[in-house]
Amino acid sequence: MLDGLQRLGQAGLRFFERLGRGHILFYYILAGIPSVLVRPRLLLQQVYSVGVLSLLIIVVSGLFVGMVLGLQGYNTLVDFGAEESLGTVVALSLVRELGPVVTALLFAGRAGSALTAEIGLMKATEQLSGMEMMAVDPIKRVLSPRFLAGFISMPLLAAIFSAVGVMGGYFVGVGLLGVDEGAYWSQIQASVDFDDDIINGVIKSLVFGVVAGWIAIYEGYDAIPTSEGVSRATTRTVVHTSLAVLGLDFILTALMFGEN
Amino acid sequence: MPQSDTPPLVEIRGLRFSRGSRMIFDGVDLDIPRGKITAIMGPSGTGKTTLLKLIGGQLRPQAGSIRVDGKEVHKLSRDRLYALRKQMGLLFQSGALLTDLDVFENVAFPLREHTDLPETMLRDLVLMKLQAVGLRGARHLMPSELSGGMARRVALARAIALDPMMIMYDEPFTGQDPISMGVLVKLIRQLNDALGLSSIVVSHDVAETVAISDYVYLLSGGKVVAHGTPDELGGDQSEWARQFLEGLPDGPVPFHYQARDFAEDLMAGTEGGRE
Amino acid sequence: MLQSRSVEIWVGLFIAAGMAALFMLAMQVSNLTVMNDDAGYSVTARFENISGLKVRSPVTMAGVRIGRVTGIGFDPKTFQAVVTMNISSSYNELPLDTSAAIYTSGLLGEQYVGLEPGGDFEVLKEGDEIMLTQSAIILEQMIGQFLFSQGAESESK
Repeated sequence: MLDGLQRLGQAGLRFFERLGRGHILFYYILAGIPSVLVRPRLLLQQVYSVGVLSLLIIVVSGLFVGMVLGLQGYNTLVDFGAEESLGTVVALSLVRELGPVVTALLFAGRAGSALTAEIGLMKATEQLSGMEMMAVDPIKRVLSPRFLAGFISMPLLAAIFSAVGVMGGYFVGVGLLGVDEGAYWSQIQASVDFDDDIINGVIKSLVFGVVAGWIAIYEGYDAIPTSEGVSRATTRTVVHTSLAVLGLDFILTALMFGEN
Repeated sequence: MPQSDTPPLVEIRGLRFSRGSRMIFDGVDLDIPRGKITAIMGPSGTGKTTLLKLIGGQLRPQAGSIRVDGKEVHKLSRDRLYALRKQMGLLFQSGALLTDLDVFENVAFPLREHTDLPETMLRDLVLMKLQAVGLRGARHLMPSELSGGMARRVALARAIALDPMMIMYDEPFTGQDPISMGVLVKLIRQLNDALGLSSIVVSHDVAETVAISDYVYLLSGGKVVAHGTPDELGGDQSEWARQFLEGLPDGPVPFHYQARDFAEDLMAGTEGGRE
Repeated sequence: MLQSRSVEIWVGLFIAAGMAALFMLAMQVSNLTVMNDDAGYSVTARFENISGLKVRSPVTMAGVRIGRVTGIGFDPKTFQAVVTMNISSSYNELPLDTSAAIYTSGLLGEQYVGLEPGGDFEVLKEGDEIMLTQSAIILEQMIGQFLFSQGAESESK
């Protein structure tokens, strides 16, 4: 009984300790961002490896998610004779929810895990320590550019995901199932609002970008510098990012769409 | 302590450092003279690498002072510490090369970070440093294509890129074949004399280290147990120094890890107890 | 750096694609082209019952979307709903005696305000009130009335 309590207490303390270290690191990463802006080349390289290399999986997933939405939405709506509203269903689910959330989940798997592994291995092979001894701050040189790249890439990826998804829904709905083309687009335009839906979707993906980048970088930087430690940290990145994204999504949705 | 007129480059006084409950240094006094090669030797686990990180300011001691070139390392502001580090080179055991850059860019890295040199001058400088370690021809290779010895030589070229006043070598000879060991021994001596550096070599390879060093410290159990020039140490009759320098399996450092009496332990097994 | 050029090109493409996607979402998917709150003018109308009308519901004339509902209030004196609408400034020549009604798009669709032009030469301006209104048709009431009249008919026979 007491042992259980003690273990609970230990776990709690460890959790808060990690949380604290994470926040301190977050502060240092933010403090390093001005020095990244002076050297855009560093940022460019990271936008490439974080954003461009995630492009393929985002486009393919977006297309299929949109197509599935088209198919499922049609099958449901046709029962009510409301298949004209297919565009609304596809576009709203993508722009409000699936775009930001699925992009963030894919990002955690594709870019987040790679970030953690890369930073963890740099730590394990003493590259970070070596930089420090060369009077180069690894947080400014390595962590901040990666964080900023994630922050920039996430909303762009989410926008691409949503746009491709709407096209996917169009292919299935209009191309295969015979929904009227004009109705598809006009229903979308009538129901999707720029401020409430698109801007909120972008805000969501910016928040997810911060969280996903932060978790991935923290896990890498805090990893036990062995191959086992790095592989565990990589797993933790994917799990923690996914949970954080889904949890935050609920909170953000409640804040944004809860009223009226 | 070695006798000399000029103040030592590195001066360590009463250093205490512990990791968790394990005491690593318990009152260490050390002087590293300028322009010489000083060896710090001791069995594995005595915290030799830790000592280098303490000198470099990456770790903070619990007590005592470390002065490098007259500046107290752990009282410096961050900016000044970074400025001081530009004058120190630390050669990691693994080389710590940046794996996403090729050999040329690795050596150019500190120059690009800290100077604003035009590309042509930078190229000349990097080639000069690579020439010094004999790897000018390997400039386009990636770190993954280098052997361990070559990686260390590249790291050495990188460490001298900013023309530091001292270089610290962390186990430079470990795991090297005799040829690359010979190359490294020669390089350490040559660079030290040609560039007017001061070198600290941390190692447990007795023969190679003693051969190139001007002064030797022996560490054990968190303390300096012996020091002197290699000749003086050869004549040192303390049991511990003899065991280490001659590589005897048993002595003050016992062969057996601390345990209770063997016979007693065996008896305990028959009673079914596992403690 | 040999490959730095292709990296730059790829990043450029990526950012361009992301921007294009955002642009497409803004223009093609959302109603940004129609809506511009700043450039519009507000008019109000009073209804006996607005049913399911909401803020952001469309305001149309002849089936064309010309504005949207920006506020819904309740007048405690007259017990009427006060609906504020923002109408795009490109449609600033609506007659003063324009009438407003609340319709439902389709059987289950959303509620919207439909405007019906009058014949006045004066036009609606910022802050004006639309005087002629017709409340929402409430399905339950209609069904109720229908059943009631059916019952009355059969009784009189």
